[in-house]
Amino acid sequence: MSLFLIVALPFLGALLPGLMNSAGRQACAGITFTVSLAAFIGLLTNAPAVFSGEVVQAGVDWLPALGMNFTLMLDGLGFFFALLILGIGLLIITYGRFYLSREDNMGEFFTYLLLFQGAMVGIVLSDNILLLLVFWELTSLSSFLLIGYWKHLPEGRQGARMALTVTGMGGLAMVGGMLILGQIAGSYDLSVILQNRELIQESPLYLPALLLILLGCFTKSAQFPFHFWLPHAMAAPTPVSAYLHSATMVKAGIFLMARMWPVLSGTPEWFGIVTTAGLVTMVLGAVIAVFKHDLKALLAFSTVSHLGLITMLLGTGTAFGAMAAVFHILNHATFKAALFMSAGIVDHEAHTRDIRRLGGLRHLMPITFVIATIAALSMAGIPLLNGFLSKEMMLEEAHHTVLFGSHWLVPALAVVGSLFSAAYSFRLIAHTFLGPKRNDYPATPHDPGPGMWLPPAILVVLVVVIGVAPFLAEPFVKMVTASVLGDAAAVPKAYFKIWHGLVPALFMSMAAVAGGLLLLAAFRPALRFWDAAPRPEAKTIFEALIASVVAAAQGFTHRLHNGAFSRYGAIMAVTVIAAGYFAWTTGTVGAATREMQPAGPVPIAGWVMLVAATSALVFQHRNRLLSLILIGIAGLMVSVGFVFFSAPDLAMTQITVEVVTIILLLLALNFLPNHTPVESDVLRRTRDAVVALAGGLATMALSFHYLMRDAITTPISEFHLANSYKGGGGTNVVNVILVDFRGFDTYGEIIVLGIAALLIYALTETLLSGPVRARLLNRKPDKPLAGDMHPTMMVVLTRVIMPVVLMVGFYIFLRGHNEPGGGFIAGLVVSIAVVMQYMASGFSWTSARLKYPYHGVIGAGVLIAGLTGIGSWFVAKPFLTSDFTYVRIPPFQEFELATAALFDLGVFLAVVGAVMLSLESFSRLARRAHVRDSEHPMDIDPSRDDPDTAEGRA
Amino acid sequence: MEFLVASAIGVLTAGGIYLMLRLRTFPVILGISLLTYAVNVFLFASGRLTVGAPPILQKGVETYTDPLPQALVLTAIVISFGMTAVVVMIALGAYLGSDDDHVDDPAGSAGSDGRDAT
Repeated sequence: MSLFLIVALPFLGALLPGLMNSAGRQACAGITFTVSLAAFIGLLTNAPAVFSGEVVQAGVDWLPALGMNFTLMLDGLGFFFALLILGIGLLIITYGRFYLSREDNMGEFFTYLLLFQGAMVGIVLSDNILLLLVFWELTSLSSFLLIGYWKHLPEGRQGARMALTVTGMGGLAMVGGMLILGQIAGSYDLSVILQNRELIQESPLYLPALLLILLGCFTKSAQFPFHFWLPHAMAAPTPVSAYLHSATMVKAGIFLMARMWPVLSGTPEWFGIVTTAGLVTMVLGAVIAVFKHDLKALLAFSTVSHLGLITMLLGTGTAFGAMAAVFHILNHATFKAALFMSAGIVDHEAHTRDIRRLGGLRHLMPITFVIATIAALSMAGIPLLNGFLSKEMMLEEAHHTVLFGSHWLVPALAVVGSLFSAAYSFRLIAHTFLGPKRNDYPATPHDPGPGMWLPPAILVVLVVVIGVAPFLAEPFVKMVTASVLGDAAAVPKAYFKIWHGLVPALFMSMAAVAGGLLLLAAFRPALRFWDAAPRPEAKTIFEALIASVVAAAQGFTHRLHNGAFSRYGAIMAVTVIAAGYFAWTTGTVGAATREMQPAGPVPIAGWVMLVAATSALVFQHRNRLLSLILIGIAGLMVSVGFVFFSAPDLAMTQITVEVVTIILLLLALNFLPNHTPVESDVLRRTRDAVVALAGGLATMALSFHYLMRDAITTPISEFHLANSYKGGGGTNVVNVILVDFRGFDTYGEIIVLGIAALLIYALTETLLSGPVRARLLNRKPDKPLAGDMHPTMMVVLTRVIMPVVLMVGFYIFLRGHNEPGGGFIAGLVVSIAVVMQYMASGFSWTSARLKYPYHGVIGAGVLIAGLTGIGSWFVAKPFLTSDFTYVRIPPFQEFELATAALFDLGVFLAVVGAVMLSLESFSRLARRAHVRDSEHPMDIDPSRDDPDTAEGRA
Repeated sequence: MEFLVASAIGVLTAGGIYLMLRLRTFPVILGISLLTYAVNVFLFASGRLTVGAPPILQKGVETYTDPLPQALVLTAIVISFGMTAVVVMIALGAYLGSDDDHVDDPAGSAGSDGRDAT
């Protein structure tokens, strides 16, 4: 099966459990199982190729310019991990089906689980390290969702947050490390990076890259000092703990260290950091685990310890160490997942996981007892079980490892770690299952159905088979080891066997087991000593750290961001002016290449009006109504300027927009105060004036500078002028640019306009459904209303004029392609015609006569424009390719038909809809209670034949 | 003529910035509108000033003004209407909800937005 499909199946399948939720728990789990099984079988179809030493590859270019490609590869290491992820996944899904209770949302659970599975498979199959990072972050996210699955439990939420913080930060560090690594190697493809050992290790950037990548690995794989999140992640449902936090996700860091082993390992830095971290984690985790009373906490710390063991083995940098690490990954996954599932069974049946409340369960749960005991003995390192084999290899490797110049440091600590490891394994068996039967369990325990015990039982069978016949696993482990080592080292010759003779590792192992038994015997005094000893609580430290970071960030933000908009505006303006000034003074200024054109009296008159209106606006802005008139003059002068400087389309647009904007501001002023009081002192006003004058001078200088010079290169407009008629079929180049050359921009713009109008509508709805509604309804107008609300003259005039205006709009629309006009302008003209009806005849009268809601008009416009664009796909052209032809229908002259006109129709409708929806929303605010909105448009005598109004008067 | 246009842009910008720095919503909206004019004219002028040569193709005419800035400014004008309308709506909603049309938060209110630190 294609590697793409193997990665994609869990992601696609993640949609199904949610859909199947109502079909019952069985169907929901069944579909999840089927999806996983399909991916698992797909993986197995690639097994022959992998076993023959091939690297299966698949890839498509994604963003080749950034070196980011969707390339996947499957070698021995990837196959091994994918096998663990999908294989154990199948067991976990079966187990989870019976573990979750009826109250739990099973669809949600399996959706998250499949998301996680897909992300994890993605990590181990990625060839491109940027792609790997994407999957890496996805595992952190899905793990967050799974840990917090029981949303009602505060521990779950806190644990999820802690896990996300720690692994997320590590992920960020790793992004940096991977980018550096890619820079050194010149490629982001693992297949290339892994070939460049010398290049990478000699680079001065090797150390930062190593540190950052290790930070990512250590946080993910819970290595000291980042180990503390894992025990808190145990608030998750047990299937999650067994799957993510023992068998797969926490091994992602280990996987990456193994993956990068050929290029990163073997240096003193690698050896020092990785071995030490692993060793410390191994011992610390084991010691803490012995004294944990919660079964899952004990297993969590034991997982931390075993991850440390594997890390240490990878740190030694020898081929034998790497092989031992691979073997222990396999063994640990089998016995630890079985143990977690057993702990889950105990919790499920006895309703407690507290070891102090358990004991004697062997009589009540014989099957669970057998499974858990075998798995725990394997964890303790007892011969004939698989844990023994890899632990022997670890001790053998430790025996040869020299750390900090000491020959005994690593072996001694390895023995201590193994001793405590044996102790907690024995304690798990003795204090849970052995001893007398009690009569105070929270619930009477009994063995669960096969759905729950079969998955761990399958794993335990593996534990025994590998333990008794290690030669069965040997070829597989060596194949994986070969792909870990790459070209950096040869696979060691050592054979996997139970009896190696009287080697030092055997004595170390015996010492560890004996010590473990002794510690168990002396458990009570040891526990008293432990409880009396002071030790830091990682969670408290973590929370204090987070709180201080948040406090610092808030202090910083609040100082900068104090909520004073006017201050931000001033800072922004000054910064822009300063930056512009800097660029101006440091750049080179060429001589003027254009002559100044002479100005006649008309432009000067227009300039005087514009400057006068603007200045008056600044000085008179406290009178808000007056300032509206003044800004109208400024806008009018700008439109006139456009006419003068050969831009008829712009002038038409500007003047129509001006009209609707002024109406809009008038509507708003209806509610806002009519005067702006004096609040700022003279100093402040002087400061603002200085900033404003500086900004004005700067823009003036800049504009004058470039107006006096020609463009450095030929403007691209030559192309538009040359092709407008030939290619676009229109002589109005501006319109052809809008609907053809840059049609996609225009399409985006009408969408933005539509969104703006919908936003205004939504805000109006919110206002009218909240507490403001009552205030609006009972509002008293602050100034007397006009005596005749609907002046007869205006009503008559607007009605007469309406068809004329519509005709003008239609004309402007049609001629747009060749003469000034087009959809934008026509839309605005038609909007003004409709607005006039609202103004003259009243809101109700007009609303009652409008057939189509404005949202629909916006939608139709965007849809028509979009469909026009899509239409070009049917003739195998890119989106929005236009076409035109000339037709002649007899009585008329020959005329042009262009698809661009259809697009322009979309623009037209969107503009009409957006403008009208905005203005209508504002008008809706103005309606008041007790004032009936008369159906009668003219103020002749509204009560004459309106019974409601007549009654109200009487 | 170039000087007239450049100084007009300058005057519109100066007026816009001054009004933008006022303390109430309405003058700020007017200031932003003035800045919009300034920016639109500035962009338009980047095609340089040409009198009497609109970009409407005609037989026998060789000189046309630059059409591209015009097309860009045309959509900018329409979008600026949308923007103004949204800002006005927000200002209006804020005023109706709190009976206060100041643009700045009251001094000392920063950080007391009810959000928990954790």
